[in-house]
Amino acid sequence: MARETPAGDLRLAHLTKTFGAFTAVDDLSLTIPQGSFFALLGASGCGKTTTLRMIAGLEEPTSGQVLLGDRDIARLRPYKRPVNTVFQSYALFPHLDIFENVAFGLRRRGIRSVDGQVRQMLSLVQLAGYERRRPAQLSGGQQQRVALARALINHPQVLLLDEPLGALDLKLRRQMQIELKRIQTEVGITFVHVTHDQEEAMTMADTVAVMNAGRIEQLGAPAEIYEFPATAFVANFLGQSNLIAGDVSGGNGGDILVTAHGARFSVPSARARTNQGPVYLGVRPEKLHLAGAAVQVPSGSQHLDGTITDASYVGVSTQYLLRTGWGTELSVFVANSGAQQRFAVGERAVAYWDPRHAFLLGRRADEEDRTTPVLDEPVGASS
Amino acid sequence: MSALAHVPTGSGQSASPPPAARPGRHRFLPYLLLLPGAAWLFLFFALPLLQLAAASLYDPNGTLSTGYALTWAFGNYPTALQQYWPQFTRSFLYAGIALVLALLMGYPLAYAIAQKAGRWKNLLLVCVVAPMFTSFLVRTLAWKTILSDNGWLVGLLRDVHLLGPDGRLLATPIAVVLGLTYNFLPFLVLPLYASLERLDYRLLEAASDLYASPLKTFRRVTLPLSMPGLIAGTLLFFIPATGDYINAELLGTPNEYMIGNVIDSAFLVRLDYPQGAALSFLLMSAILAVVFVYLRRAGTEEVL
Repeated sequence: MARETPAGDLRLAHLTKTFGAFTAVDDLSLTIPQGSFFALLGASGCGKTTTLRMIAGLEEPTSGQVLLGDRDIARLRPYKRPVNTVFQSYALFPHLDIFENVAFGLRRRGIRSVDGQVRQMLSLVQLAGYERRRPAQLSGGQQQRVALARALINHPQVLLLDEPLGALDLKLRRQMQIELKRIQTEVGITFVHVTHDQEEAMTMADTVAVMNAGRIEQLGAPAEIYEFPATAFVANFLGQSNLIAGDVSGGNGGDILVTAHGARFSVPSARARTNQGPVYLGVRPEKLHLAGAAVQVPSGSQHLDGTITDASYVGVSTQYLLRTGWGTELSVFVANSGAQQRFAVGERAVAYWDPRHAFLLGRRADEEDRTTPVLDEPVGASS
Repeated sequence: MSALAHVPTGSGQSASPPPAARPGRHRFLPYLLLLPGAAWLFLFFALPLLQLAAASLYDPNGTLSTGYALTWAFGNYPTALQQYWPQFTRSFLYAGIALVLALLMGYPLAYAIAQKAGRWKNLLLVCVVAPMFTSFLVRTLAWKTILSDNGWLVGLLRDVHLLGPDGRLLATPIAVVLGLTYNFLPFLVLPLYASLERLDYRLLEAASDLYASPLKTFRRVTLPLSMPGLIAGTLLFFIPATGDYINAELLGTPNEYMIGNVIDSAFLVRLDYPQGAALSFLLMSAILAVVFVYLRRAGTEEVL
């Protein structure tokens, strides 16, 4: 099984999994190109882990196919698939030392001389010298690297990572993100990474798929998704957005005109997901700038008046809340580059933005403005 | 059991520094807490054991009425062994066969309860323990009924010609082994269950992900991880089964008597105290030897 001819892309075709009346994964189809670093991003319960487990063979799909190249592996037992997993809990064997943990897959396939490969793999994850330790004697980060080595040594055609960094503290997580990316580039294996941490997904993956309620909301390169989200869910799950409810009131050449709360704005049609009906006008907090008065706003920008209701200094930037005339509070991140004017709570200010940085999304007629930052989520990719 | 679970691993581990000195009046507290248990063990275990050791060395010509003299008669041991070695070997043979049968039934049972039973787990555990709510004697007498010559089981076995027309189960070695297997099964199942219950199913998934078939997963992951329970259960089964005399007494004949029956009769029927004591010590040291070899082989240090 080791180093077979590359199997080609991993394709999921109409993959569905139901548990009783609950549909965990709903008719999912996507292609993961061979050798790419692919992230499945979503909140817990969105079906991302179930998808991963179906690829690993630990869960049998209710319907649909898992294709590796041209071969449907959806009904193969997990131990017959050229796929390995780095588990969220690491699932290291407590009764075996590090060497035997890493050698486990090779030995089960009847390979006798594993010494060289194990040592090579342990030095790849920088754990040379730890061969005779037990998993319980290692730190969380070291255990995570053992789990990675134990999977990678088998040269799987696809490596699955189930929230592998979830148990690590922030600093170690950053380190491991860089490390994982380095290893993936080195070994060139397809990585499918499941995570709820949007920053982690963006740092590492070539392609990110944002999942919600068993379906994929948007798929693309991290920058592409971040700069031009397809839905309100994506706009707020991946980073943070100010979404202002409005309606399309017409077109003007290459622009779409929007009326929101009595004011008129325009968005280039290339930045619009829809050109009619109720819409959200979206601007990322770091794309908003502040000025003391409308006359200071550069020409070509759109702007809104308001009152500063909160200013949090977070080092690299200052995060303001600006209450608009109709009561919605917009988030504005101003970089602490030293060139910007500081605003105090209670001051009047004008928020302005370049229309090419705004985006237009479809909206259900009954949906209101969505600008409140989601608590417990890391704030934006800007930090 | 807990004594087994703490075999020191010895090498390599840096000894933790001694705890900082505590106020003097607390220093003796742990020993004070030990006192009741230690006193109990001394009075009801250590002293009787010494008394038994002394009795095993009494002059074999003494009687209860004339009294015994401690003559350091070490000859009691070879004499007893010479006379009763068939019962000795029979004890280990029966207990050994019963252990194998109990493992074949008990391991799958413990595994099923621990990993697969779901909400039936507690009910099934009660079913395992429930027979213990009645007395050992009553349960063994019930087996006498089950295995009796005009019982349904013998009738069935005769009908399918597994037993001859005059074949019987009661008063045969089979009956004694079945009785031992049944009576001590819970002692094997419960520690095994405790070990298997702690087994993380995610480890089994990981093994399966790493090319281990179900059989290999069992051999490489499940079995080694259930070793502490397996060892404890085996000992808890084997030790009392070897010394048992009720099953042979009720379900067998003198031809099936085990060493327990001999000791029983030495003390209560023949009133040969020195021999009874010598046999008791022989049994104890034989079991200790078996357990020692077993623990060395099973490699608890490796497992725990």
